[in-house]
Amino acid sequence: MSKLLLLGDEAIAQAFIDAGGSAINSYPGTPSTQITEYVIKSKEAAQQGIRANWCANEKTALEASIGVAYAGKRAMTCMKHVGLNVCGDPFMNAAIIGTKGVIIVVADDPSMFSSQDEQDSRFYGHWAMIPMLEPSNQQEAYDMVFYGYELSEKMGTPILMRIPTRLAHSRAGVERRQPLPQNPISYPTDPKSFVLLPVNAKRLYRDLIDKQPKFEESSETSGYNQYIPGTDKSRGIVTTGIAYNYLLENFPGGKCPYPVVKITQYPLPTAMLSKLYDECDEILVLEDGQPFVEEQIKGCLGKGKPVHGRLDEVIRRDGELNAEKVAKALGMAVANGPAVPEVVTNRPPALCQGCPHIDSYEALIDVMKKYEHGRVFGDIGCYTLGFNMGAINTTVCMGASITMAKGAAEMGIFPSVAVIGDGTFGHSGMTGLLDCINEKANVVVMILDNDITAMTGGQPSSANMKLFNICKGLGVDPDHIRHVVPLKKNYDEFVKILEEEIAYDGVSVIIPQRVCIVENKKRVAAKNK
Amino acid sequence: MKKDIILCGVGGDGIVSVAKIISDAALNLGMNVKQSEIHGMSQRGGSVFSHLRISSEPIFADVIPEGKADIILSSEPMEALRYLPFLAPDGVVITNSDPFVNIKNYPDIEKVNAELAKLKKCVSFNANAIAKEINARGNMVLLGAAAPYLEIEFDELEKAIKAIFGRKGDAVVETNIKAIRAGRDAK
Repeated sequence: MSKLLLLGDEAIAQAFIDAGGSAINSYPGTPSTQITEYVIKSKEAAQQGIRANWCANEKTALEASIGVAYAGKRAMTCMKHVGLNVCGDPFMNAAIIGTKGVIIVVADDPSMFSSQDEQDSRFYGHWAMIPMLEPSNQQEAYDMVFYGYELSEKMGTPILMRIPTRLAHSRAGVERRQPLPQNPISYPTDPKSFVLLPVNAKRLYRDLIDKQPKFEESSETSGYNQYIPGTDKSRGIVTTGIAYNYLLENFPGGKCPYPVVKITQYPLPTAMLSKLYDECDEILVLEDGQPFVEEQIKGCLGKGKPVHGRLDEVIRRDGELNAEKVAKALGMAVANGPAVPEVVTNRPPALCQGCPHIDSYEALIDVMKKYEHGRVFGDIGCYTLGFNMGAINTTVCMGASITMAKGAAEMGIFPSVAVIGDGTFGHSGMTGLLDCINEKANVVVMILDNDITAMTGGQPSSANMKLFNICKGLGVDPDHIRHVVPLKKNYDEFVKILEEEIAYDGVSVIIPQRVCIVENKKRVAAKNK
Repeated sequence: MKKDIILCGVGGDGIVSVAKIISDAALNLGMNVKQSEIHGMSQRGGSVFSHLRISSEPIFADVIPEGKADIILSSEPMEALRYLPFLAPDGVVITNSDPFVNIKNYPDIEKVNAELAKLKKCVSFNANAIAKEINARGNMVLLGAAAPYLEIEFDELEKAIKAIFGRKGDAVVETNIKAIRAGRDAK
């Protein structure tokens, strides 16, 4: 078969289709979005009746996958690293159940290209005590989906696949395999296996502990982890995932003189690592992420041979790995191009020209000027860029706008305004609004409704066309659910609505409603086709 | 043969399509390709870049190390300067000279041009003006200007355009081919 030019994300998606996947349930988040999007757009997937859904959030998505697995079918759920926090509950408990046929793909974002932190998902997999796969390139990402399902079904465990931004969003040629059929529907043989009552859970947790040696054995023998001999034993190198490529980049033809343990599967292959440790004078650990492997090798006492890496900042602790950082850690010369001339100024990301959020923020900024002690609590989405306009004071995590506004309002901050997008409101804003209603919090919640999940490239928004009814159903007084079209010509109306709702002592919701400008262009183009 | 290319510009200007065309052409020639890009928040009107590596030998890293890029291909003059640390000593900068001003403190364009003029090898021309005449996009004109430096036959780029834009209809294919030819012939 000829090679397809695929993003790492797309390689995983194609592999899911080819490996007999039956359902993919996800929530969009950079850099993971293109996995599920690829399956949704795939004609092949549609022909095979594969379910491909965007869900309300990562928790509902992963729980759906556990349900797919209950039916004996192969499932996938994809998310960005912070999404794993949202589905921490089903994630940990899917591990206890020993859910078969589930791969959870988590895309981490070292250097925070489009994220609020650099958390490394491998700590989660370790914590849940399940096998993890960390492919080093696009082809391996494709192949490892096949392997992951085999391992998952054979061992009775979900699999965490961890990829960083650079693999997710880099294209390379990928060779496909012969597609596999989907599993027929089947039911769990043990009626207690999906019932985590303490009496069952205790047994299942013990089972998980007892599986650990098998997981370790597969890490030593699957062939994905490799001990690669080298002649210069003054140093042994451990690489994880794509860090291997940054190492080889520094040697002509990729011929590294040092012995290397290349890790792409966890738990750690301790026999390989032990061999490396014994025969080399010191160890250098290369990871695109936090020092997950380094900490385990070094131990908290740091005794024994020197282990270098991010902990001793031989490689900077923060930021993504690259070939230059590896070269420096190896004491090699680094090439430099011309410096950036002083004349170059920053060009930070900004809201698009014509974006409805700009009109919403212009009205809000002007109204808030009248209140010296008022605050605006922001959320995650394109509208986070409102910080650069001076429109919002906070951004923490999905849904935190409404709940933080509530907490602050109860401490006397007035006005306490929350700004959240329609997508994020559907993800995790609704429960916070219910808290506000129950506590009669004095907040103004602005739900910026642009008809789409815009930041990640235009996925459907789960609460689309339902915002009024949701707010009313949760208990917001319908007289204080206000709509406005955020356009220059409606500025005065917008300001008036804001002033009236700030004056109202209770929960107000204002819904500025206008479709995302980028999405609108796409829709117009599609119509004219 | 090996070419490491930094493509850069401002979010939404279509620099990724240029990367795709070169990648497709290289893959058709049996070469190895790695092309890295950035999605998400950084895309929104900010500075964007893509690393494109094509080689007849295996390629390791998805990103080009600093000081190793053979070509910087930029749709905007100040953005070309931003990625200079990636440029190899004998590397070439090919850039659109038409500034995209979406920030208040955009520098004096003469100062930007003066910096570009200091470079050993630099091709700077108004790709947008050429594109406008034929109702095409500036990024395709730039691709045409970069063609001689890519060491890929011009026919192969045209083939890739046909493969990528074919489903959008003959008119789109023709416009894009006209654009890369105009870029190639621009002085």
